[in-house]
Amino acid sequence: MGNCVFQKNSLKTAGEAPANSLPKRLLATVGFLPGIAGAAYNINFPDPVTPIARETLHIHNEFMLIITILFVVVFAIMIYSMIKHRKSIGHQPAKFTGPSSRLQWFWALIPFAILLFIDFILMGIPAVNAIIQMEDTKTRADMVLKVTGMQWKWQYEYPEAGIKFISTMATPREQISNAESKGENYLLEVDNPVVLPVGKKVRVLLTSTDVIHTWWVPQFGVKRDAVPGFLRETWVLIEKPGIYRGQCAELCGKDHGFMPVVVHAVPEPEYLAWLEAKKAEAKAAAGGADRTWSSDELIAKGKEVYEKQCAACHQPNGQGMPPAFPALAGSPIVKGQLLGKDGKILKDSHVDRVMNGKASTAMQAFRNTLSDVELAAVITYERNSFGNRQGDMIQPAQIKTLR
Amino acid sequence: MSSISTLPAEHHTEYHPGGFTRWLTTTNHKDIGTMYMTFSLIMFFVGGIMILAVRAELFQPGLQLMKPEFFNQLIGVHALVMIFGALMPAATGFANWMIPLMIGAPDMALPRLNNWGFWLLPPAATLLTLPFTLALFGVGDGAIATGWTFYAPLSVQGGMGVDFAILAVHILGISSIMGSINIIVTIFNMRAPGMTMMKLPLFAWGWLITAFLLIATLPVLAGAVTMLLTDRHFGTHFFDAGGGGDPILFQHLFWFFGHPEVYILLLPVWGLVPHVLSTFSRKPTYGYKAQVYSFIAIGLLSVIVWAHHFFTAGMPVPALIYFMFSTMAISLPLAVLFFCWIATMWKGAMTFETPMLFAVGFIVLFGIAGLTGLILADVAADAQYHHSYFVVAHFHYALFAGGIMGVMTGVYYWLPKWTGHMYSEPLGKLHFWLTVVSFNLTFIPQFFLGLAGMPRRIPDYALQFTEFNAISTVGAFILGLSQLIFAWNVWVCVRGGRKADARVWEGAEGLEWELPSPPPHHSWEVQPQIK
Repeated sequence: MGNCVFQKNSLKTAGEAPANSLPKRLLATVGFLPGIAGAAYNINFPDPVTPIARETLHIHNEFMLIITILFVVVFAIMIYSMIKHRKSIGHQPAKFTGPSSRLQWFWALIPFAILLFIDFILMGIPAVNAIIQMEDTKTRADMVLKVTGMQWKWQYEYPEAGIKFISTMATPREQISNAESKGENYLLEVDNPVVLPVGKKVRVLLTSTDVIHTWWVPQFGVKRDAVPGFLRETWVLIEKPGIYRGQCAELCGKDHGFMPVVVHAVPEPEYLAWLEAKKAEAKAAAGGADRTWSSDELIAKGKEVYEKQCAACHQPNGQGMPPAFPALAGSPIVKGQLLGKDGKILKDSHVDRVMNGKASTAMQAFRNTLSDVELAAVITYERNSFGNRQGDMIQPAQIKTLR
Repeated sequence: MSSISTLPAEHHTEYHPGGFTRWLTTTNHKDIGTMYMTFSLIMFFVGGIMILAVRAELFQPGLQLMKPEFFNQLIGVHALVMIFGALMPAATGFANWMIPLMIGAPDMALPRLNNWGFWLLPPAATLLTLPFTLALFGVGDGAIATGWTFYAPLSVQGGMGVDFAILAVHILGISSIMGSINIIVTIFNMRAPGMTMMKLPLFAWGWLITAFLLIATLPVLAGAVTMLLTDRHFGTHFFDAGGGGDPILFQHLFWFFGHPEVYILLLPVWGLVPHVLSTFSRKPTYGYKAQVYSFIAIGLLSVIVWAHHFFTAGMPVPALIYFMFSTMAISLPLAVLFFCWIATMWKGAMTFETPMLFAVGFIVLFGIAGLTGLILADVAADAQYHHSYFVVAHFHYALFAGGIMGVMTGVYYWLPKWTGHMYSEPLGKLHFWLTVVSFNLTFIPQFFLGLAGMPRRIPDYALQFTEFNAISTVGAFILGLSQLIFAWNVWVCVRGGRKADARVWEGAEGLEWELPSPPPHHSWEVQPQIK
C-alpha cells in the first residue's frame, strides 16, 4: 500500500494514441483490461515524504480498516437475514417492533456504544493530535515560503532571500490538443520549479491575487487554500530529496486543470547554491532596467513574456476569447495613447491595464509579478504585434518611475 | 389500522378542463405530483447527458471534445440540474402524491400555492440552461462555470451565466419554500382523526423535517446569492477583501444551506425506505419512534456542521475540532436508522421485487457514503481527500445511491398505485442490476483516483490517472443508458399493463393501500378514522 508507481505500459498507450479515431480509442481501453490484475494500479495515497503525510496515511489506513470492518459486519448480518428470512423458504414473519426485554435493549444499545467509542476515542484522539500537529506552523520553523496563486500560475517568494519568481505549466499546448504525444510528466511539469531544502521545517504562507486557489502536493499531505486578500498558512518538512508534483485543487476558472505545483527537494548545500544563482539572476534582470532598450530587443523579450503570461487568455495570435477575454488585436485600449502629457499613467490606458489589472475580471495586476523589463517588453510587444502598429515603445526605466 | 366510510362522490358542478389547460390550472395533488415526477425525470436525463459529455472528455488524457470553459459549465450545471431539477422535485412529487393519501387528507392544504410552486420550476430550469443556447448565438459566454457552489470571487468574475444561475436558484428556492409550507400545513392540520403525530407514516415524518430544513436554510442561500449579485453589479464588497469583505464568508453562507441540503434530499428517502422494507419483509417497521427521533436529531445536527465542507480554507484549531466532532456525531442517529432498517428485515418473510431490491441496494451503497463520510470528517485525512475525486465518489454514493436509487425505490413501490397497472418486473430487475453494477463501476475507481491525487473539476489529467478514468467513463455510459430501461418501464406502465389491485403488495400496510389503484381523482372526501 502507499506506493506511487507509474504504470509503464499505460504511459505508452496514452502516448501512442493521440487524437485518434474512436475505434482506436476503444481498442486502447480494451487493451488495458487484461492488465488489470498485474498492473500497478495506485489505490492508496502516494508515498508520504513529510511527517504530516505519514501521519495522514497512517490515520487513513487505520480508518479505512475500521470502516471496512463496520461495513462487513453490518452487511453480513443483513445478508444473513436476506438468505435465512425469505418467504420462498417458508420463513414466517415475526411481529416485534422494538426491543422489549432488558436483554434486548442491551443488545440494541451495544452497537451505538461501539460507534461512540470509534467516533470519539478510536478515531477522535488520533484525529485531534493530527490537527494540532498540522496547524503548528510556527514552532521551530526554519524558513518561510510565500505562495501566491494567480490565474493560472503560482508565484513563489523567499522573503528572507528576497527573491520571487513565477512558475507556469511547461507542458506544450500541442500535447494537450493531442497533436503531439504526451510526455511522462504530462500536465505536471513547470518552467520554474520551487526548490526547498530537505530536513528543514518550511512555513508556507499562501495568498492569491484573484480567485481562490488550492496548493496541493499529495506526497506532502498538505492542501491549503490561497484566498485573495488573506494569508493562510501550512508547513512542510520534506524528509527525502526528490521531485514532488501536485496541482491546484480549487476550481479557479478556465485553466484550473493546468496549474501544476512542482517542488524540487534537495540537500541544503544544493539549495543554498540554487538560492545564490537565483539571486544573481534577479540582480542581472534588475540591472537591465537601467539601460535603454531598442525596440527590437523589447519586442523579442515581450513575445517571450506574452506567451507565458498572456497567451492563455488573449491567445497567441492576440484574438482573445471574447467576451470573457477581449482581443488585443485592434483593441482600442492597446491602440490608445501610451502615457499622459505629464508622463503619468492614464486611467484605463494600456499601461494601466497591464500594471493594475481590471477589477472583478481575470485581468490581474502584473505590477507585482513582472519585472520592469518584462512589463516594458510585453507592453511594447502588444502595441506592435497582431496587426497593431503603434510604432511606440516604453522603456524599463519609465516603468520603474511609474510604479 | 383504519376503516373507510365510503360515500358516493358527488361532483355535479365540477369542471374538468382537458389537454394542456388541465395541467396548467390543476390544483389536484395527484396531477401536480405527476407533473413534479415527470419534470424530475426529464431533468434527470438533461443532467445525465451533461455529465456523459464530461465523462467522454475524461475518457482519455488530452482535450478531445470540448474546451475547458465549456467543461466547467457542464459540471456546475449538471449538479444544479440534478439537485434542484431532478432530486428535489422528485421528492416533492412523492410528497404531493403520497402525503394526502397516507394521512387520509382529501388534498394538500394549499392547492393553488401547490400549482404555483410547480409552475415556477420550468422557467427556473430554462433560466439555468438558456445561457448554453444563447452562447450558440454569440450572446454571452455560456452557463455558470464556477461549479454548483458559486464560490466567490470566481463567481464575481464570471460571465452572465452566473446571473442566470442566481435568478434560477432564487425561483427554485421560492418554489421549494412554497412546497414546504404546503407540506407542513397539510401534515399539521389535515391528518385523519385519530392519526396522532406518533402514528404519522415515516415518509411524512421524513418530509416534515425536510420542509423545516428548507424553510430554515434556503433563505440563507437566497441571501448569499443576492449578496453575490450585488457584488457583481452594484459595487458592494461582501466577498472582496479589497473592500473589507471576505471570500470565505460566501463559503460559510453557502454551506449553511449546502450541508442541510444533503439531508433535505435524503430525509424523504429515509422516510420511504422503511415502508418498502416493512412491506416486502411482511413485518411491521422496527423502531418507529427511534427513527422519528433520529430524523429530528439529524435535522438539528445538519445545521451546525457546515464548515467541514471547507476545512482546507483554513480556520482556527478549536473550530476544526468542533466541526470534526459535530460531523462525526451525525453517524450516531444515522446508525440508528441503519439498525432499524436491518432489524425491520430481520426475521421477516422477505421477497425481492424491484422496490425491495432498490431498497436493499440503497442501504448497502448509502452505507458506503456514510462510512466514507465518517472518515472525511477527520480534518487531517480530509486534507488529502478534499477537492479530490474521493469526495466526488463519496457524494455520488450519497446522492445517487442514497438519493436517486431511493427515489427509484419509491417509484417502483408506488407506481402501481399511481397508474393502476403493474410495471414489468423483469425489466425492473434488469434496471436494478445494471444500475448497481455500472454505478459501482463508475464510482469505485473515483475513490482510487482521489486517493492517488486527482483533483476534481479538471478537464484533463496526468497520465497515471488514465486507466481508472477510462473505467469510470465506461461505467457512466452503461449507467446512463440503463436509465432508459427505467423510463421505458414507467412509460409502458402508465400506458397500460396488468391491473394492480388496491393493496398491490401482499405485505403493504397503510392508508394509501385502502384506496383503489389508481385512486379516484378526489380521494378521502370523508376522512378515515384511525383507531
